[in-house]
This record gives sequence, C-alpha cells and structure tokens, in this order.
Amino acid sequence: MTSLPAPVAGAKKLGLVIDLDTCVGCHACAVNCKEWNTGGHSAPLPDFDPYGANVSGVWFNRIHTFEAGEGPDSRTVHFPKSCLHCETPACVTVCPTGASYKRAEDGIVLVNADTCIGCKLCSWACPYGAREFDADEGVMKKCTLCIDRIYNENLDEADRVPACVSTCPASARHFGDLGDPNSDVSKLVEERGGYALMPEMEYAPVNRYLPPRPAKTAPGCTGASAALERPTAAGDGTHPLLRWMDRLLSR
Amino acid sequence: MNPAFSVIFFTTASGAGYGLLFLTAIANALGFIPSSGWFAVMTLGPATALIVSGLLASTFHLGHPERAWRALSQWRSSWLSREGIAAVLTFVPLAIFGVAWAFFGRTQGWYAIAGLAAAAGAVVTVFTTAMIYRSLRTIRRWHNRWVVPNYLAHALSTGAVLLHAAAQAWGEPQAVVAVVAFAAVAFAAYVKDRYWKFIDTTKSGSTPETATGLGARGKVRLLDPPHATENYLQQEMGYKLARKHSEKLRTMVRWFAFGFPAAFTATAPVFAGSLLGAALSLLAVIFAIGGTLIERWLFFAEAKHAVTLYYGAREA
Repeated sequence: MTSLPAPVAGAKKLGLVIDLDTCVGCHACAVNCKEWNTGGHSAPLPDFDPYGANVSGVWFNRIHTFEAGEGPDSRTVHFPKSCLHCETPACVTVCPTGASYKRAEDGIVLVNADTCIGCKLCSWACPYGAREFDADEGVMKKCTLCIDRIYNENLDEADRVPACVSTCPASARHFGDLGDPNSDVSKLVEERGGYALMPEMEYAPVNRYLPPRPAKTAPGCTGASAALERPTAAGDGTHPLLRWMDRLLSR
Repeated sequence: MNPAFSVIFFTTASGAGYGLLFLTAIANALGFIPSSGWFAVMTLGPATALIVSGLLASTFHLGHPERAWRALSQWRSSWLSREGIAAVLTFVPLAIFGVAWAFFGRTQGWYAIAGLAAAAGAVVTVFTTAMIYRSLRTIRRWHNRWVVPNYLAHALSTGAVLLHAAAQAWGEPQAVVAVVAFAAVAFAAYVKDRYWKFIDTTKSGSTPETATGLGARGKVRLLDPPHATENYLQQEMGYKLARKHSEKLRTMVRWFAFGFPAAFTATAPVFAGSLLGAALSLLAVIFAIGGTLIERWLFFAEAKHAVTLYYGAREA
C-alpha cells in the first residue's frame, strides 16, 4: 500500500545523523554500503562497464564535496547523501503498484522488487536522489537503512548498525531512533543544531545533518599556546662556552 | 528531465484521441455532426486507435511491462494509478457508444449519454495524466497551475482539428465545428504562452544552499561530484538543453502546433465540400500533432529537477 502509515506520536523513526564537521570525505561509507548491499536485501547492485571509460552503477550512498562561502571563512564540506527515510515521502505515494512503502514500525522506506514495474516515477518524486534504477533487473533500488543488518541476530549486537555507520573511520555517521527525544542521536541533533535538507519540499526527512563547527581562528583557542616563545639571547644558565660563542656570533 | 520518447508519444497520441472522443460525443449529443455509422468509424475509430496506441506506448519505458496491471491498485495515493483506472473505465462507455453508433446507427437517448460518459472519462483521464506531473514538487516547471490547463488544452486542440478534418472529409461540415477547432487551437496557444511566461519568470525555493543546509556560510559550490562519470540521476534528471535550442523549439511549437493549424482550420471552410477543404483540414491535423510532439519534448527537456542542485546546478 503506497498510502503512508498514520503518524503515531512517539513512533520509532530510525535514521542517520551525519556530522559534516568530522566527515573527511574518504568514501569508505559508500564503498562499504555497496559491499554489503550488493549481497543484501536489494542485491545485486549492478555495475555497467565496470572496467571501461564510462563506468556507472547503482549506489545507495554518494559523497559530494562542496565549498561554502568565500575567503577565509569558507569551508570545504564533504557531504554524504543517502535516503533520508522521510516522514512524508512522495516517492512512496506516487508509486502506482504499492511496491514502494514506508514501514509503520520503524519508518524505513523500502521497495518490493517483486511488484515494482520500473516506471521510475518515484525517482522523479525524490528531491534527494535517493533512488537509482537498476537497468539490469528493471526495478528501482534504494537505501534500506541496512534492514538486513540492524535486525540481524546472527551479527554481534555492536554490528547491528548500517554498513555506512559501522565503517566510518571518523565516526561522522550515527544511527538511532530520531523519534525518541532521549536517544543518543536525538540528543546529538539537539546539542549540535542538526538540520534537515530542503525543508521547503515538506517531505519531513528523518535523517539529520550536523553543521560544520565554526572555524577556530583566534590564537590559543585550540589548546596549544598561541605562539612559540621567541628565542632570546642565551641566558645565565647556559654553558660559558655557548655564551662566548653567542657573543662572538652576535657581533 | 530526460524526454522518454514513449511518454511523449503516449501523451500526444492519447491526448489527441481523448480530445477527439470528448468533442465527438458532445457534438453528437448536440446534433452538430452526421449520425451515419460511417462517421462513427471516421471519428471514434481514430480516437480509439490513438488512445490504445498511446497507452501501449506508455508501457514501453517500464522496466517490467508485464506487471503493468499492478498499476491499477494504488488509486488512493497515486495519480499514475488513477490515470490507469480512468483510462480503463473510459473504455466501457466508449465501447457502448461506439458499437451502438457504428454498427446499429443508434446515437440518441442512452447511447448519447454513454457518449457523454466517455467524454467525461476522457477529461478525467487527461486530467490525471497532467496531475502526475503537476504533483511533483521536485520539478518547479511542472509543479504549477499551468500544467493541467496545458494538457487539457492540447488534448482539446488536437482533438478539435481531428474532428474538423473528419467533418470536412465527410463533406458538409457545420461551421461550428471549424469555429470550435480554431478556438481550441487559439486557447492552447494562449495557455502554452502563459506556461512559458510562468517558468521563465519564477524561481524555485530550492537552491544549493537549501539542498546542503550550508547557506549560512554563503554561496555553496560543488567542488567534487561523487563519481567521475554520470550516474542514473544525472542521466534521467539532469538532461541539459542549450538555451538557444529551447528558443528555436518554442518558435517551432508556436508555428507547428498553433499558427499553421489555426491558419489551415480558418481557410478550410472556404473550400468546404471540396477536396481542398479536406486537404487543408488534414494539414492542420498533421501540424497540430507534430507540433504537440515537439511541445511535449520541450516540456520534459526544459524541466529541471531539484536533485541537480547536488550536482552543480545553481537553480532547479
């Protein structure tokens, strides 16, 4: 059913919180996403012309790099982007077959590959580019929030997080329940002023982005001393030979 | 947006077919067209052929055409699903109207009402087609009040020149058929002009700054795209059209879809009953449909998708 589940107060909203301050743009999350998901729920994720000049393929997670602002205040921001698992996703409601759906129990947006007709309308409806067409299978594919990891009892509990989160070497990606105001991710969003992308589209994304922290430019603010002490003339405690050499060389 | 030829052909052909069905049913109820069964073949025949070939073409771009029947299930939320249902339902009164008229010469009473029901179905179907585009917030050039009138007006104008051609070919057309065709073409030209004015003068609320949320620092520029080569999103959503071609194509639409059909429709009645009258009204059809194909191509090619903001576009 492509009608959205009725909103329930306090319902679980699983999603990601992405820290644009610490992301180093290494693309490890995208690679691990591809690695897991090409064997997971929506497997395989095809690659076309993989060793040729015009390689293309289905990825659920892509890392853009932006420059924001001008001059000394500008920042280079690495920007990972995957499905935001919106609360009112038009990609679901436009689906004519019921293949796209939003789960009532945790808010994850999924595609049923057995009933998708491959009309691509959902990808037109998504402003975030979360849906990519698998031309091999003729169906639409998208981020599953690693539904086959987060509930997977065969994995150690610590590993029951999306592949992108588990692999991030900078800990820039966080996974949790954004519907619970007391969850770690909700507190992080609160503390750091996390925001939603393109709120004007009114899709109410669940995922949040943490803005880059202000650049530290004042002397001494990083904890190191503001400047090294200037070398002075050799003091009284120095060896007499060195004091003599200093006087000699200072002439 | 990448113009898929199957969708361009579908909306043009079935739009013309539904327009012809709509006007034929109304003209029949009002007694403006011949009641001979052969005239049903000349009007409802091409209308049905255009509708059916258009609907079939619309399944060609699907990844799984054999599953197309599933699209009839989600009418509660999806305009595409509603379009499918409206198209299927319209065939019922169309079949009653067409069979009764073509094979039994019955055009009045309940059969005229069946025709009017088919006409209503035609309007609903074209309306739902337009709403598929109109409802997408991601594409400003589609998500506006001129899109539905644009689709309805084009269906009406192409259908009206088709009915006029059929009436001219029959031999004794009533003047009102030509007047309606001329007015429908003029109206479509007006609506298209307003649509172009709208998309040229309004801006999207979305920018690279809102897309990234980094606007507080100033202008946002793409430094590195995610991958070295184009992906599905860029191929499907990031179709680029040089501005100069857009202007040339708009001029072609103005002449082919509106100017020539209006001129031929206006001059055909002067030669009514002769071969020249029929030929002129047929030329109007050829130009109107050719022009509408270009118009549909532009409708896609000029549309910019919000996702392109993540790939270096300044506006969408």
